[in-house]
Amino acid sequence: MTEPTLLRDQHYQYLKKGLRHLSDAYECLDASRPWLCYWILHSLELLEEPVPTAIASDVCKFLARCQSPTGGFAGGPCQAAHLAPTYAAVNALCIIGTQEAYNIIDREKLLSFLFSVKQPDGSFVMHIGGEVDVRSTYCAASVASLTNIMTPTLFQDTPTWIVSCQNWEGGLGGVPGLEAHGGYTFCGMAAMVILGKEHMLDLKSLLRWVASRQMRYEGGFQGRCNKLVDGCYSFWQAGLLPLLHRALFKGGDSTLSLQKWMFEQQALQEYILLCCQNPAGGLLDKPGKSRDFYHTCYCLSGLSVAQHFGNMDLHHELIVGREENRLVSLSISVIILHYDCNDKLWDKVVVAHNP
Amino acid sequence: LININQLLSTPTDRKEWADLEPVPQDDGPNPVVKIAYSDKFTDVYDYFRALLKNDEKSDRAFTLTAEAIELNAANYTVWHYRRVLLQALEKDLREEMRYITAIIEDQPKNYQVWHHRRMVVEWLNDPSEELEFIAEILSQDAKNYHAWQHRQWVLKEYKLWDSELEYVEQLLEEDVRNNSAWNQRHYVISHTTGYSDPSILNREVQYSLKQIKKAPHNESVWNYLKGILQDRGLSSHPGLLEQILELKETHCSPYLLGFLVDIYEDSLENTSGDQVEVLSKALELCELLAQEKDTIRREYWSYVGRSLQMKYCSDDPSTTSSAPETDRGSASVSVHQETTCNS
Repeated sequence: MTEPTLLRDQHYQYLKKGLRHLSDAYECLDASRPWLCYWILHSLELLEEPVPTAIASDVCKFLARCQSPTGGFAGGPCQAAHLAPTYAAVNALCIIGTQEAYNIIDREKLLSFLFSVKQPDGSFVMHIGGEVDVRSTYCAASVASLTNIMTPTLFQDTPTWIVSCQNWEGGLGGVPGLEAHGGYTFCGMAAMVILGKEHMLDLKSLLRWVASRQMRYEGGFQGRCNKLVDGCYSFWQAGLLPLLHRALFKGGDSTLSLQKWMFEQQALQEYILLCCQNPAGGLLDKPGKSRDFYHTCYCLSGLSVAQHFGNMDLHHELIVGREENRLVSLSISVIILHYDCNDKLWDKVVVAHNP
Repeated sequence: LININQLLSTPTDRKEWADLEPVPQDDGPNPVVKIAYSDKFTDVYDYFRALLKNDEKSDRAFTLTAEAIELNAANYTVWHYRRVLLQALEKDLREEMRYITAIIEDQPKNYQVWHHRRMVVEWLNDPSEELEFIAEILSQDAKNYHAWQHRQWVLKEYKLWDSELEYVEQLLEEDVRNNSAWNQRHYVISHTTGYSDPSILNREVQYSLKQIKKAPHNESVWNYLKGILQDRGLSSHPGLLEQILELKETHCSPYLLGFLVDIYEDSLENTSGDQVEVLSKALELCELLAQEKDTIRREYWSYVGRSLQMKYCSDDPSTTSSAPETDRGSASVSVHQETTCNS
């Protein structure tokens, strides 16, 4: 049997084209264009493909047009600010990492925007007049920490609200009471990690829930109990295990493995490589589904998590197939990203704000 | 909703728009992620941008939002504007309910449509159609997350709990593996009787055991059983361990074995005195799960075993347990005990 191969060239061509042009099939994402930038740039980063200077600059200029005059970023020029494209735009600019990119973000207005969507119970609405769910807390925490605009009150009561989303299953739902779901669980846990409050969650139950989401036959992950596998959960679900590992380690746990995450890394890589690649480039949910940039981003992200254990001090690789399948290690790149943003970005003056 | 004129033409062709200058999308000179919009899409949104720029609050603007929504129902800016117009123009909200009903039927997995429906229901202060409507959507996809979210909001906001447990039971009759329905069961009971009353808790335990017998490899029911008992202590529920051990003979599954680990762990945590046997059984099960019965979770079950060993093994010099000291130097230390703690 031939070794599973990551179709690097094909994915690169698909991504390179998409960064410039998209067919009318993408009309449904006309209010998510910063997401398209982020999914594509993050995928290129994982593939270790450099973004040419010109196009990086064009992305910066485009995202600048998506920035709202009242702060935050919108799904496209002349649209209203929304936390999801705000997350996507800020993270895309941080991936580009040039001074031009960092200079695009109006930090003061961004802080105003975050306060404007903050709710009394600690949650955030996704946009003015919009819906609440735990994605918003992750989007807000991510951009606030990357741009260094956290204030003592900005996330007041937010950890308590996130904790209330953890349910009887051990995972988190979108809002309190809802079924545990991989996407929302990642958002909640990651937000808590950024806020330094991960120990308020029941980490043991969360661990049991997410470990149980790996499918014993397919090797990939399901989003919810008794549902089907989907390539994107390779990141949302499997990505929880490094976060939990770190949280448990910080909490004094001495029985954690020093080589492996608490999921079957080889099986996940096999699912992604054998079942989630489109031969013409791009990745997907499961065989029979169409490729798209969202699945390309999260399948590749999940592949990276499955290939790399550890952090900067302790790194252990497990590459299924040829060495050329190796992707950039996410944990390391995230750590570097955060450091660069805070160091190069701006002076560390805390923006004074009266909510 | 949308008339034949709108179906066949674009705003540029229509005389009622002649006075308004459309605003093209400005992506800049070197666009990125540039979508190849159809002519219709471009036209509708060029006029939408013009309306937004002028803050026009008119009936033609209201009609255009429906066209813009049809082209991209995820455009939350358009939905927000439509809500502004609904209020400014004092539009008929009953008609809006009919509109949003049709849109959701067509696109039930979109955030904006459900949020819009919630706003209209709130403005009307009328939830009377909701449970039936949501049930209709769930009949097409019994796990639609947005539908469940809307349903939970309606139940809580308007206190419409009376028939919900019955509805959940009907769904579980249709598909006992519907995890959303099990979650809803927990939601309803938590918000009504609660689980503190022993007769309620026992009813739920019996219901769960009955479902386990019907479909032993259904993870949802095992998770539910654990979920409702864990705060009270799995090992303290009388007779449960015995019932599970009995089930092990005829209805075994990795979930049953995991549940036993949980009972034993709870016993170790909450029972004083010598727990060597319990620890030994727990470790044996972790090993069995890791090596044979649930190998996809090998790393996890190995970790659970190591954690239990670290925490409860009284031979381990690094623990500060108050368990009775074993006489390590003595020949009377049982082989069994040594094997357990050193495995």
